[in-house]
Amino acid sequence: MLLVHFLRDQLGMTGTHIGCDTSQCGACTVWLDGDAVKSCTIFAVQADGHKVTTIEGLSTGQKLHPMQQAFHDEHALQCGYCTPGFIMSAASLLKRIPHPTDEDLLHGLEGNICRCTGYVNILKAVRRAAEIASNETRDDEAEK
Amino acid sequence: MTIRLATSETQEAVREAGRASQGPYSGQSVPRVEDSRLIRGQGQYVDDFTTSNVAYAEIVRSPLPHARIRGVDTSAAAALPGVLGVFTGHDIVIELHALLPVIAAGVPNRRQTPPQYPIAIDEAVYEGEPVAVVVADTRYGAADAAELVAVDYEPLPAVHDLDAAIVEGSGVTHADAADNIGWDVALPGEGDVDAAFAGAAVTVTQRIVQQRVCAASIECRSVLADYRDRLTVWNSSQMPHFNRMYVAEGLGLPESKVRFISPDVGGAFGSKMGPYAEDYLIPIASKLVGRPVKWTETRSENLSSTSHGRGQVFDIEAAAAADGTLLAMKIKQLVDIGAYFGRTGANPIVSVQLSGGCYRWPIIEARSIGVLTNKMWTGPYRGAGRPEATHLVERVMDLLAHELHMDPVEIRRRNFITRFPHVNNFGFTYDSGGYHGALDRALDAIDYTGFRQRQADLRARGRFLGIGVGCYVEISGFGPSWQTAADDHEIGLTESAVVRMHPSGAVSVFAGTHSHGQGHATSFAQIAADALGVALADVDVVEGDTSNTPFGHGTYGSRSTPVGGMAVYTACQRIIEKGTAIAAHLLHTSIDDVSFKGGIFTDAATGERRSIKDVTLASYNRGLPDGIEQGMEATAFFDPPNFTWPFGTHICEVEVDTHTGVTKILRYVAVDDCGNIINPMLVEGQIHGGVLQGVAQALLEEVQYSEEDGQRLGGTFLDYLVPTINEMVPTEVYHTVTPTPTNSLGVKGVGEAGTIASSVAVINAICDALEPLGVRHVEMPASPQRLWHLIHDGMPAALR
Ligand code: FES
Ligand code: FES
Repeated sequence: MLLVHFLRDQLGMTGTHIGCDTSQCGACTVWLDGDAVKSCTIFAVQADGHKVTTIEGLSTGQKLHPMQQAFHDEHALQCGYCTPGFIMSAASLLKRIPHPTDEDLLHGLEGNICRCTGYVNILKAVRRAAEIASNETRDDEAEK
Repeated sequence: MTIRLATSETQEAVREAGRASQGPYSGQSVPRVEDSRLIRGQGQYVDDFTTSNVAYAEIVRSPLPHARIRGVDTSAAAALPGVLGVFTGHDIVIELHALLPVIAAGVPNRRQTPPQYPIAIDEAVYEGEPVAVVVADTRYGAADAAELVAVDYEPLPAVHDLDAAIVEGSGVTHADAADNIGWDVALPGEGDVDAAFAGAAVTVTQRIVQQRVCAASIECRSVLADYRDRLTVWNSSQMPHFNRMYVAEGLGLPESKVRFISPDVGGAFGSKMGPYAEDYLIPIASKLVGRPVKWTETRSENLSSTSHGRGQVFDIEAAAAADGTLLAMKIKQLVDIGAYFGRTGANPIVSVQLSGGCYRWPIIEARSIGVLTNKMWTGPYRGAGRPEATHLVERVMDLLAHELHMDPVEIRRRNFITRFPHVNNFGFTYDSGGYHGALDRALDAIDYTGFRQRQADLRARGRFLGIGVGCYVEISGFGPSWQTAADDHEIGLTESAVVRMHPSGAVSVFAGTHSHGQGHATSFAQIAADALGVALADVDVVEGDTSNTPFGHGTYGSRSTPVGGMAVYTACQRIIEKGTAIAAHLLHTSIDDVSFKGGIFTDAATGERRSIKDVTLASYNRGLPDGIEQGMEATAFFDPPNFTWPFGTHICEVEVDTHTGVTKILRYVAVDDCGNIINPMLVEGQIHGGVLQGVAQALLEEVQYSEEDGQRLGGTFLDYLVPTINEMVPTEVYHTVTPTPTNSLGVKGVGEAGTIASSVAVINAICDALEPLGVRHVEMPASPQRLWHLIHDGMPAALR
């Protein structure tokens, strides 16, 4: 059984979506031990013993993850179907590359397809989240 | 590398327009109400729903474009543990009371409309047509069992080429049909076309092909059906009421015993209008197995069996005088219907009816032929008829300008319609417009004159830049019942709303439209909050459930704001009317003395006031004046007097690498006039998405068929190229604001605007770039391969 079907059909965690059958669209993106993976490309058993984070686990209580907040603020979603996967990919990208160039962003997000937004506001949102994150780090460092 | 993303100009346009706002919310980029659940993974799309005891369906589909079905052996599948039923066409047909509808209101004089069952019985006529339905305990069980269904096909020749299909004696799409002609309609022009051509300084002749494309919403279609004493269907659809109407008829149930729920819908772009075969098959399967049944399309199925868009071919002749004045156009349109009408008939004629574009044409003479082929049916896809019309006329303007050695902008200016209302060549009335203004704004934004200089300089250095202009006028706000209900048996495309003020003063809006990304929960709340003078947070918008919303046609054709929004607005006005009577009673004065503004009823004589909250509470109390019933709610059906006519100009700047054939978009300016704007942020989002879809048609997308046997080629996201973030177009969005006189909000609709001029702006730019190399016209998609051949095949060897 694919991890995405295990999440959706067995655990009832339907925030992770399916948009293709050839691993192109990224709607199914989750984190496996903190790294973004397409959950339609791995079997549930392969995740055994590992930590899986889905969109449902990204915010803490009512407080949104900065990437969720940025998607809202920049109107980076319309139908919202690609959004969980996009947010999981983008948030993971910023963990790996905290100060991404646009090249990094295009390369890091080309595995997620959105048919509604034309990507313009998605790029704005991810840039914004990166900016906020780097401001926060700067503040943290100033405090130290 | 840094991609320049233009800052938002839409809010500025609203301010500049200086329209007296209806209240504090309209015209503001209010953040979206619906985001909160969607960014948390709490959205609920059809496949997210489940019920106890749910079973799963898998559909066995014909792999061939045309075949006789000699037999279907279901025994091995049925024997698999966990399989609840395997149903063939013969099993399904017993349950059917009516066939799939033929929705072709716009097409007069149809010659033949092949009867469409939701499943093939003895003959499969397109690749992807359902042949059997398998139901099992689990998703994987159903998929495994479907593999075991053995269908004995006898392949038949497939009709796929439009030109060949209309030749007498060609093969036929349906074995028992005489030919492949669905319709053949003449739309004669007024006047002597031949004389106009004879007196012309220049004429051009061109074939223009609108290739088939897929809508490819990221959520595929899905149906969950629960057949008990009443039928409940969760359906990923743009129009739940409409689908309920037909499916109830198909299953022989009263409409009232059937409930359709379209929850969150993950994009549609015209492709989820339905009803589709599966909307019948899954409820029937649920009835037959006695359990709720869920079916969710795979992407491969989506690309084969969800309606395709476009699929039209135009043969054009156009004539102009030496000064660029347009004289006449002749159009022959071939429409690739596919194997069944589906919704094909709903839009292709629009391509012809709007083919004159923003210009004065003394005569346009047209003929439209609908051609049946062994392919999935074509249906509306974002723009539905207007991108085709715009692509046609804007290519023609460039071709004529080229013949006349005239700047393409100049020929447009000389022929723009400037007086409104304007009745076009096919009897449609453009209610308002300002085409020069939109063009000027776009030219200015992109620095057209500066570009021409740069282009000349770079050409001298062997670089090929080009600029392409696309001016458009489109038809939106579908539509006035006097123009959309073709005869007594059809229903007009009006839209509905119920506005209910609860005793607390909170407001529920129930609308017949259905948002699938457009943001109605926000924009309709803005309209209602302003009209009633209540806080936005107190308004909740409900759509998509036939059990609590009034009958509506749903969301398509850029109709939700100008027709659905007007229904909401009208219902609010009715509430205020009733509120005024109650307020007069509370204030001990006459109705004529009470005015309403910003949520407050005021007695003109005394200045005494009552808030709408107080009046609403009183409306549920005793002691109301005679003739006034309790409660505070109103229903409105809005029937617009005319369509709305948004317009604009898109300009694209490209560079073509002549060594590789790769096109790079350097800049893209969009000027759109959608009338008054309720939410600038949402409008910009619609333009961004629309532009990329049009650009993708121009550069990337095409459903391909083998020229040899009509078999569809490819069929996954590996080969069907939807754009990724790498193909993003950094669209610069501008507006002019010309409110429509057709409705009191002055709104026209914007859902499709972005797609309409974008494909032609790109193609015109490519043609402009390659003009020095002798390229006059380019078909879509302008893939690197296609461009490389155009550039190199005709080129003298020395220059290669
Ligand atoms: S569903 Fe996993 S990549 Fe598309
Ligand atoms: S928001 Fe609809 S697919 Fe991205």
